[in-house]
Amino acid sequence: MNLTLHVWRQKNAQNPGRMETLQAKDISPEMSFLEMLDVVNEDLIAKGQDPIAFDHDCREGICGICGLMINGVAHGPEASTTTCQLHMRHFHDGQDIYIEPWRAKAFPVIKDLVVDRSAFDRIIQAGGFVSVNTGGTPDGNTLPISKRAADKAMDSAACIGCGACVAACKNASAMLFVSAKVSHLSHLPQGQVEREERVMNMVAQMDAEMFGACSNQYECEAVCPVNISVFNITNLNREYFKAIRKK
Amino acid sequence: MSVPDAKIPSGPIESKWENHKFNLKLVNPANKRKFTIIMVGSGLAGASAAASLAELGYNVKCYCYQDSPRRAHSIAAQGGINAAKNYQNDGDSIQRLFYDTLKGGDFRAREGNVYRLAELSVDIIDQCVAQGVPFAREYGGLLSNRSFGGAQVSRTFYARGQTGQQLLLGAYQALERQIGLGKVKMFTRSEMLDLVVVDGHAKGIIVRDLVSGKIESHTADAVILGTGGYGNVFYLSTNAKGCNVTATYRAYKKGALFANPCFTQIHPTCIPVSGEYQSKLTLMSESLRNDGRIWVPKKAGDKRKPQDIPDSERDYYLERKYPSFGNLAPRDISSRSAKEMCDEGRGVGESGLGVYLDFSDATKRLGKEVIEDRYGNLFEMYNRITGEDPYSQPMRIYPAVHYTMGGLWVDYNLMSNIPGLFVLGEANFSDHGANRLGASALMQGLADGYFVIPYTIGDYLAQSVKKSISADSKEFKRAEQDVEMRVKKLLSVRGKRTVDSFHRELGKILWDKCGMARDAAGLKEALRRIPELREEYWKNVNVLGDNQELNQSLEKAGRVADFLEFGELMCLDALERRESCGGHFRTEYQTEDGEALRNDAEFSHTACWEYKGDNNAPQRHKEELTFEFVKPSTRSYK
Repeated sequence: MNLTLHVWRQKNAQNPGRMETLQAKDISPEMSFLEMLDVVNEDLIAKGQDPIAFDHDCREGICGICGLMINGVAHGPEASTTTCQLHMRHFHDGQDIYIEPWRAKAFPVIKDLVVDRSAFDRIIQAGGFVSVNTGGTPDGNTLPISKRAADKAMDSAACIGCGACVAACKNASAMLFVSAKVSHLSHLPQGQVEREERVMNMVAQMDAEMFGACSNQYECEAVCPVNISVFNITNLNREYFKAIRKK
Repeated sequence: MSVPDAKIPSGPIESKWENHKFNLKLVNPANKRKFTIIMVGSGLAGASAAASLAELGYNVKCYCYQDSPRRAHSIAAQGGINAAKNYQNDGDSIQRLFYDTLKGGDFRAREGNVYRLAELSVDIIDQCVAQGVPFAREYGGLLSNRSFGGAQVSRTFYARGQTGQQLLLGAYQALERQIGLGKVKMFTRSEMLDLVVVDGHAKGIIVRDLVSGKIESHTADAVILGTGGYGNVFYLSTNAKGCNVTATYRAYKKGALFANPCFTQIHPTCIPVSGEYQSKLTLMSESLRNDGRIWVPKKAGDKRKPQDIPDSERDYYLERKYPSFGNLAPRDISSRSAKEMCDEGRGVGESGLGVYLDFSDATKRLGKEVIEDRYGNLFEMYNRITGEDPYSQPMRIYPAVHYTMGGLWVDYNLMSNIPGLFVLGEANFSDHGANRLGASALMQGLADGYFVIPYTIGDYLAQSVKKSISADSKEFKRAEQDVEMRVKKLLSVRGKRTVDSFHRELGKILWDKCGMARDAAGLKEALRRIPELREEYWKNVNVLGDNQELNQSLEKAGRVADFLEFGELMCLDALERRESCGGHFRTEYQTEDGEALRNDAEFSHTACWEYKGDNNAPQRHKEELTFEFVKPSTRSYK
């Protein structure tokens, strides 16, 4: 099939960007979205034009590095799917596809479709961990954890840190990302000791990074490729209020 | 030059590591902060080492090419991590994990290293639990286990189908904590392009900042590489697109020995290739083989739909050939059997390069709900990629390059032959011999990073003469210039072919001639064609843009240039190893019923390659393997 692409091109953070129209020819429905971009890039290189820069690595939906706004939807039209796992069979011949980077103040554009998400790392630095050093830990089975708690923790821990939640949110809020880590650790006994400081510090860092507030629209949940639930946000709020009260 | 002493401690195998730890020199806590250590790579090995060393008080600089250390490809491991906990009361022990790993590697690994790995496996689980890794649990609250290929006990710990992700996030969080405390300085979107050796010791690296294009020297008292494997030399593999050999290959060109480069692992359960444009292969966790049955039609060229082929006309070939392990035969054996079936014309799917993995019996026995609970995410993934529903029709699978057992040579301290250069995880050659068992890569990465390097690096630092290293020294300046020249050269060719087209061609040569089955004629042909392709590369590659910006074509071009040299080394090693063992199957050396024929008399050694200059053939050295505690036997899974 043949497609018309409208792609965001931006040389670097200093220069303003613009949409550029490109043709994608002879695209097979079996290709992934990124393989389609590979084909377009090979074509651009052959013509002596700068290929489109986009982040990608594992291409199996787990590393979280890829992420494109496709026709206005983070990671495109398929539910529970990263951009790299989106296949062209979900598009049709002759379609116009608009491709843009994640847009948020906290995620400045580096080039074309590549953005800087280091704000997420700094939020984890603020408290997204259990402070244990290597060595001297007790036997794994000395701490029984109910299957229910372990499963709930795993549901939250599955977050891949791609940033689609921020990109989809009209406020560019990082609440889903932050709440997933807070919930993962608050469901487990290992996370109890630092429970209060963790949530206070992570939320403070989130605000410092200029992410917006949550206004309960749940766009984040709708685009999340690994189905992180908005109940994590409910839990984050609860954890936060409990922590403030104790302060 | 000869291969240095591997420093395997003497004495009974159970006490080697314990005694060795006592004999290692220590750096006192007040002095640790005077040392700086470079850690290249932030996967399981890199992140765990960087965090652990920083906790001890060392200053650590950590580098990754991705935008965050959390992206490293360890994250993609699905199935699990082995540990000899014997929680299931099924007869597991350190001794058994040691034996299984050594046998799984077809007796081409060191006993001492493998025993230590088995010993440390139990500590890893405890460490990860303490970090809050959400391992699967039983209803009583205890840790759950599953079985895995190549083992008859259940010793694999897992976190749904995302074990690698959860273990990496545990190590990543520990690393981020140290970054927050100021003990680790993290360099993301940074690629190591050379190693710098001063007076025979590794003292730093040359790094290109992938955003600004700036090429800079970074100095340290020791350098650790945890840069993963070289599976992407085949172009199509299950590795992430960015995985590359550059760091280890550059170290090789600076004098580090490269060991057993021909030992590559082909994973049996991947989604078959669907077309020319394909950019990578996707692995389906081996755990699927616990309940899925593998088969092909008995008749060649049988194009009926799988559901129309009656049981009597199906060949469950693994169950037939290896009755005691059946569908859980080790990876190399399963992969090769699949290839044999396809070579006989019994492969399935459009291309004929595939076999069925069928869950209909398991679904009947256990119910769809149980299957969904165990494999739901994998079935979804398969459906997303192929558009087919594995609940109603069997999956199609085919082997794909997955892991590389070869890597830089290291001694028992994980130090290479260049003093001060340490190598961890998949990047080194040490523990898996000629074939790695499932769920052992995560184990090795974390054992090296959490529990080996923190002890052994101290021994080196305590004995090294503390000298201030300047990035202005002639060694650093020369290395910087070399890197800059190379980058300029790549940008100045402006030929007609893209980097990917060269990479694809190289991959095809290697897959055909140095893949699942190899022979002397094919390898010689590859050794003729690769240099030709390399020559064309430097005359006809087209890399656009310039160096002072984010330039993904340029990044790829440098990596492929190294693959074009490294691929040759791999074929040379495969040619010289005139035996079949583990993942290395030479068709000339097989038993009457087609099994690998090892040659212990001549090849019970590690091949260590020394770089001798671009215009000379590399020199092959040997490290003899001695087996004191286990008698090498013919591997049988029948």
